[in-house]
Amino acid sequence: MIVAQRKGIEEVKKMVEGKSRILIAGCGTCVAVCMAGGEREVSILASMLRMAVKLESGRDIEVAEITMERQCDREFIEPFDKQMRGYEAVISTACGIGIQFLADFLGDIPVVPGVNTKFLGSNEGGGTWFERCRACGECVLGETGGICPITICAKNLLNGPCGGTNKGKCEVDKDKDCAWTLIYRRLEKLGALDNIRKIFPPKNYHAQTHPSRMIHEAYQKEEKK
Amino acid sequence: MTSRLKQAFASGKFVVSGEVGPPKGTNIEEMLQHIDLLKDKVDALNVTDNQSSVMRISSLAVCKLIREHGGEPILQLTCRDRNRLALQSELLSASILGVNNVLCLTGDYITIGDHTEAKPVFDLDSVQLIQALRQMEKGKDLAGNDLQGAPQFFAGAVVTPEADPIEPQLLKFEKKVKVGAEFFQTQAIYDIGNFKKFMQYARQFKVKIMAGIVLLTSAGMGRYMNQNVPGIFVPQELIDEMAGAPKGKALEKGIEIAGRMIRQLKDENICDGVHIMAIGKEAVIPDILSAAGLNGA
Repeated sequence: MIVAQRKGIEEVKKMVEGKSRILIAGCGTCVAVCMAGGEREVSILASMLRMAVKLESGRDIEVAEITMERQCDREFIEPFDKQMRGYEAVISTACGIGIQFLADFLGDIPVVPGVNTKFLGSNEGGGTWFERCRACGECVLGETGGICPITICAKNLLNGPCGGTNKGKCEVDKDKDCAWTLIYRRLEKLGALDNIRKIFPPKNYHAQTHPSRMIHEAYQKEEKK
Repeated sequence: MTSRLKQAFASGKFVVSGEVGPPKGTNIEEMLQHIDLLKDKVDALNVTDNQSSVMRISSLAVCKLIREHGGEPILQLTCRDRNRLALQSELLSASILGVNNVLCLTGDYITIGDHTEAKPVFDLDSVQLIQALRQMEKGKDLAGNDLQGAPQFFAGAVVTPEADPIEPQLLKFEKKVKVGAEFFQTQAIYDIGNFKKFMQYARQFKVKIMAGIVLLTSAGMGRYMNQNVPGIFVPQELIDEMAGAPKGKALEKGIEIAGRMIRQLKDENICDGVHIMAIGKEAVIPDILSAAGLNGA
């Protein structure tokens, strides 16, 4: 899932300064699960914004709230089209994808972010999320025991640990595991250490040229196949 | 290509290298003093590459200065700040400036340094960097394009004999050997017994190994490194020995210990040389060599 973090109220307030009719648009998927931009967080942000503006300037502003199931998909945005028009600004608490998609959809209404999008990660429980994938476009997990050296190793090393590995932890952060210790131990258990004895060539970063675009093969035109 | 460092190894002598850390800023007087002091006392001088991720004068520029002053430089080249274009370009540049020894490293992470918001690169890793260097010597760049004139290098790498766990470290060491590293400088070692065990393993490979010697300047430094520096183990008896030095004599004690270790490594033929890191105390390297019974290159 995509993991995001709420922006501070001061930053959000500044982005909509002077506006009197504001809509906060949440997203019910990833950002709802990581408690950054779902229905509940939309409601909290709306109350905070109303209060902050009132306290600062004495003004009463209108802050409306909606939450759509997925802000990165036209099918889920369209039903809200009419409801979203007429506002002076929209604060989207979706991830960076949803924010941009909604901004494109609305066109002439400014859309500003209510969250910072952090990474692609897993729910580790207890309010903790952990990055698991950098979307590099060239997956090596089959060789590294299902542990990603590109993501979990801070230096994206493909051929083993650096000199900063320390009792199984990473030099960058003592609370983080060294990816290469994890990979070694996992492959040892799987009897597959030969997987990493070979020399991995330099990574093909062309596999993730930005902005990336993909057309599903079933949708590709006949002549392009 | 003439690498005086390679020739020193070939002569069978116990090889000694020192280290120069380029300053932050254009005032190079003190550094030049260190270069002049050390250039004839050691076989080669490493020049660090934005050491500890702190922005400084480039390694290559200082390597060139060492050449001009008659010394033998070792270019440290890390993967932290340069992508594969910049790394290969740096290697070509080193070659035309007569800098023929290259130590290939991953590099410390950005956040330990003084530009913590910078973008880390790590396009290649140290194994792939050595591979690129060897490929360029054959007249091809990493993308397979022909070079107009190929460089030649004496290529080195690093290894941490006290790494915990050791197995992944050795796996990478063997990869570095396989792709063509000719000499290794180790992370600082203090426990000769442990180092002997590492050397028994490493001797199966035809590479030259230089033990890393970091000058101890206080007992606290030993304790600090045990706590905070990955891959360094200072035995308690050395910490006690440092602590037992009379007031104001800790540096002398550190020099004595470093000298004693180097002497033992040489006399017992444990490894092929030493790389001395007297971080911030470069001026005492001649004293360490005297304490080791080495009278300079």
